[in-house]
Amino acid sequence: MRWIKSTWNWIDDRTGLSEMLGPVMTHLVPHDAKWWYVFGSATMCAFMIQVFTGAALAFSYIPSAAEAYPTLQFISHDATFGSLLRGMHYYGASAMVLMVGAHMAQVFLFGSYKFPREMNWATGVLLLGFTLVMGFTGQLLRWDQTAVWSVVVAAEQAGRIPLIGTAIAHFTLGGTSVGGATLSRFFAIHVFAMPALIFAFTGLHVILVLRNGISEPPKPGDPVDPKTYRANYHRLMEKTGRPFWPDAMWRDIVFCVAMITVIILLAWFVGPPELGRPPDPSIVAANPRPDWYLLWYFGVLALLPHGSERYFMVFAPVLVGVLLIIVPFVWNTGERSPRRRPWAVAAVIATALMIGSFWIAGQKSSWSPVFDARPLPESIVGASSGPIAIGGRLFFDKSCIFCHAVQGQGGHRGPDLSAVGLRLRSDQIILRISNGGNNMPAFAGNLTPVELNELTAFLLSRKYEAHRQMTPGEDRYFQPGN
Amino acid sequence: MTGDAEPPCERPAPTPEEINRRKFLDKLCWGLGSLGAALVVAPGIGFILAPLLRHAPAQWRTVGKVDDFKVGETTAVRFQDASPLPWAGVTSNIAAWLRRDEGEAFTAFAINCSHLGCPVRWVPGPKLFMCPCHGGVYYQDGSVAAGPPPRPLDRYRVRVVEGAVQILTKPLPIETH
Repeated sequence: MRWIKSTWNWIDDRTGLSEMLGPVMTHLVPHDAKWWYVFGSATMCAFMIQVFTGAALAFSYIPSAAEAYPTLQFISHDATFGSLLRGMHYYGASAMVLMVGAHMAQVFLFGSYKFPREMNWATGVLLLGFTLVMGFTGQLLRWDQTAVWSVVVAAEQAGRIPLIGTAIAHFTLGGTSVGGATLSRFFAIHVFAMPALIFAFTGLHVILVLRNGISEPPKPGDPVDPKTYRANYHRLMEKTGRPFWPDAMWRDIVFCVAMITVIILLAWFVGPPELGRPPDPSIVAANPRPDWYLLWYFGVLALLPHGSERYFMVFAPVLVGVLLIIVPFVWNTGERSPRRRPWAVAAVIATALMIGSFWIAGQKSSWSPVFDARPLPESIVGASSGPIAIGGRLFFDKSCIFCHAVQGQGGHRGPDLSAVGLRLRSDQIILRISNGGNNMPAFAGNLTPVELNELTAFLLSRKYEAHRQMTPGEDRYFQPGN
Repeated sequence: MTGDAEPPCERPAPTPEEINRRKFLDKLCWGLGSLGAALVVAPGIGFILAPLLRHAPAQWRTVGKVDDFKVGETTAVRFQDASPLPWAGVTSNIAAWLRRDEGEAFTAFAINCSHLGCPVRWVPGPKLFMCPCHGGVYYQDGSVAAGPPPRPLDRYRVRVVEGAVQILTKPLPIETH
């Protein structure tokens, strides 16, 4: 053991590691900065997991448009620990997104972005942006059918930027369409450009944390005054501060190890997302969806008022970025406690609710046609012959069922038609089918008069109400013409 | 380890020549450093941005014989993009929805939804193109029937040469402001 110590002493003398890192590791932090303060280091821990697992995966992954998919098949199904590593990389990315969100919410709610930590916040916002870019580009490196179409969607959004949109779209694609150059670009961005930026800005972020100190938990009635804050903070640290190592860091370590354990358990028992179909843009049967952390934005793009998306796609990300960056420059003084900042609390809750709601909407994707819908069974149609039965068949043949549900079967893009016979008369149904409207195509040119009557007969017979039984004779009030 | 403390030595004030020299060296460092960085960075940036200037010439691609297509039917056809790179694999494939209108008259639609480029599907029953992503719907002539698409489906030029149906490749249709 003695020779290990003497070797270390020699290395430490020549490199000055203890002299350099000692003050960093033992800098004073507030004694009451406890579990709320673990999310920043957890984000960094998740990033390190990504760096390690990503580097390991790169030993087998070939970033070529033709080879990436088969190498991913090999990694997922044949390579030793390949599936586990892919899973760790996937859940590590999810953890990084979650932790960066939690860190940001905590910093915002605690008012830690205020004087003198404005630049801590600004660099953090940039790191949030880089993390999301890493998430998106990482999904593309999966290079299956969904990845290819995600590139197309990204290029189409870039195309909306005024004047230079087409140029950026072609830059994104590596040409005028998806091809051999596309994947290499995203690989270079994901593996070199973005990690370099994250390393650089994480370094700057940590330097700023050391320079300005970890903010003390806020107390109501203790506002930030730039004239006195620094002196007060230093007094507080001298009086009650604790060395970061090990007094505060043990919590970071415990939380990070718990996070790593969850990531490994998920990677082992749930596994990485299965690869989709091959990255062939000529396979038209595709149903591309982003990974979960961008699913809410997928929902936003579907639910925007028509015509507004071209402005939203360009200006909303810019607006959100600018808003986030300017927060500490506009509100850098005053109360820090969330108890005295109800609007700050409301903003975090509203953001969480908004993202959550759009996420659920994106998950359901009720606006998408259900292409794999099956014909309605006779038990639902309610007839085996005659106009109602034929109409029930037409309901499937004309793909009405892609967008409308009847007794739980079918799509949800349009209204549920289980009880349409109680709501609409015959002429109203015919008018709606023929002319369309309210986001429904017109079918006048696609149905013969006989077919239209049969389909109408079927729809008029839809009087199913889940919550109550019809009383005998009640349906006479809903007959055509009434 | 540090030895005996040495008496502090007074550094003489810099002379005007030294100040001028330092100013010159300051500018030299910045200037030469910037030049060196530019010499390294410029070709790299040019290499990365090259796709913006590279325009693949359009190519006529054969997608089948005239008799392979029934009049009135809309089918998916596959062809290669204008300049496939050797390592592109299946990624260089492109599809189009081709309809034989009559005789040797064909119409070819891009499969890309004009909303955000997702692949639309032809649904023969209602004679509609439907997008799986955000619910865009088009009539059989490619005009918008419902949903968020801002314009009709893009079309390819089609010709028939010696009984072969050919489609003229074009870039991915990008909706711009």
